[in-house]
Amino acid sequence: MTSLLSVQGLSVSFTTYGRTAEVLKGVSLDVPQGAQVALVGESGSGKSVTMKAIMGLLPQPPARIHAGRIMFDGRDLLTLPERERVALRGTAMSMVFQDPMSSLNPVWTIEDQLSTILKYADRRLGRDRDRRGRRARVIEVLSQVRMRDPERVAGSFPIMLSGGMRQRVLIAMALLSEPRLLIADEPGTALDVTTQAQILKLLRDLVEAQGLALLMITHNLGVVRETSNYVYVMNKGEIVEEGPTADLFAAPRQQYTRDLIAAVPRLTGRVAT
Amino acid sequence: MTNALEIRDLVKTYPVRNAFGRVSGQVRAVDGVSFTIPAGGVYGLAGESGSGKSTIARMIMGLTAPDQGDILIDGVSILGQQDRGRVQMVFQNPGASLNPRRTVGQSVLVPLAAHGFAGDRKARIGDLLDMVQLPRNFADRYPHELSGGQKQRVAIARALAVSPRLLVLDEPTSALDVSVQARVIDLLEDLGRQLGLTYLFISHDLSLMRNFAQTVGILYLGKIVETGPVAPVFEHPQHDYTRLLLASVPVISAEEAAMRPVIPLINGEMPTAEDLMALRAGLNAKEPAR
Repeated sequence: MTSLLSVQGLSVSFTTYGRTAEVLKGVSLDVPQGAQVALVGESGSGKSVTMKAIMGLLPQPPARIHAGRIMFDGRDLLTLPERERVALRGTAMSMVFQDPMSSLNPVWTIEDQLSTILKYADRRLGRDRDRRGRRARVIEVLSQVRMRDPERVAGSFPIMLSGGMRQRVLIAMALLSEPRLLIADEPGTALDVTTQAQILKLLRDLVEAQGLALLMITHNLGVVRETSNYVYVMNKGEIVEEGPTADLFAAPRQQYTRDLIAAVPRLTGRVAT
Repeated sequence: MTNALEIRDLVKTYPVRNAFGRVSGQVRAVDGVSFTIPAGGVYGLAGESGSGKSTIARMIMGLTAPDQGDILIDGVSILGQQDRGRVQMVFQNPGASLNPRRTVGQSVLVPLAAHGFAGDRKARIGDLLDMVQLPRNFADRYPHELSGGQKQRVAIARALAVSPRLLVLDEPTSALDVSVQARVIDLLEDLGRQLGLTYLFISHDLSLMRNFAQTVGILYLGKIVETGPVAPVFEHPQHDYTRLLLASVPVISAEEAAMRPVIPLINGEMPTAEDLMALRAGLNAKEPAR
């Protein structure tokens, strides 16, 4: 099976105040077409840097990518001309952000924000779509994320929506340009547990229904199990273990993974270790 | 046996104002909540945003006055009392609850000074750092030099400074990584045993509550909808809201997944709490009240 996204031997360092820190040390991971993959790690493990490198959002400097390739659909994103790189971002691959409040502009309606994003995505892809076409697409993605009343939501300002609805808007935003890969950065962590469960179920359903590939970036092992069938465990800039999610959770091979899993409190009560 | 904490029929309402500042109604943030915690016990209060759990914590701490009801510590009402030394609180975000311009020692000293501690302050600070398993020389460090787990240990040391009977733990580990969380919880358990502390543990993390608390109260819109020892509440939840909460917890093993109640999907989706209640009440679930 060919991979839609393949990160190969990615090494990144950051230089600040004359000191250099190796942040990623040869990270490799694959996201096949239509697969649901999770990247899990604790704070400082390098999972967000990996995500930013994939999206091309690493500020360089201070960051420097000194080795590795990021293959997307057979092309190396790191050597791609900037124009083509930009054309992919937010279109073929898009991100679901974590914090619904800071990712939305408070003085624009949802429709204004989504149709503006769509307008520029269309321009990058050389697509032609008029105002009415954009509105139709905005309403369409809002109903795809199961908004009860997409027309009303489109006319709303972010403050008029609940946290769960805002998170849905962010998912709709990511779906606008029919991406093939969704990268989700801890979606729902800012939400209540019942709302988070709805968001995770929605993401799972969408990814399955539309055949999208999903790269879920999280620190929550429960979220990994709920949303992925293959997982990479990251620690201190390295992938320490990978495998099918169920297998890895049932029989972790590395001590780090074992300790991480053992630290998670269980709904069933204490487990003998 | 006496109860370390007894809450009797606590009520707190807040006015709802319209755009012109006129009072147009009221919201019952805490609506007749009663529970007790035996000395040395751990009571878990679980609920989502808006359930009233923080309002309850604030009332126990004396930061908000209840409209009705009573709060007793060791059988004595604390309402109107000035000295709150017997109850201390550990906050959610240790980065925000420690003053960045005070050293660890100075932060820990604040409650000691406020309660007129007469002994050797330096020795007391050292003892407190020992208790939370931090090196004594941390007294001279500033919060930015510490990791999240270490900061939370300092916050615990500060709460313990005046030898309280009861600690209110408001999401004490939700800002921490899971491995750090496990160690902080271990520490709290050890301290509870050594010092005979009573804990009120407020959290939305049900898996953690299952492991840390002995008794749990599920709070929904200001009311405790279900309460009891953790094992029966988690294994045989009676109330729909408890069932929904448990069904929503992301878990990491098949045994846990099997334990989660099955919730009817509404239009192929996990229902919201309001929808589920409405469904049970026989109302039209497609038109929620809000």
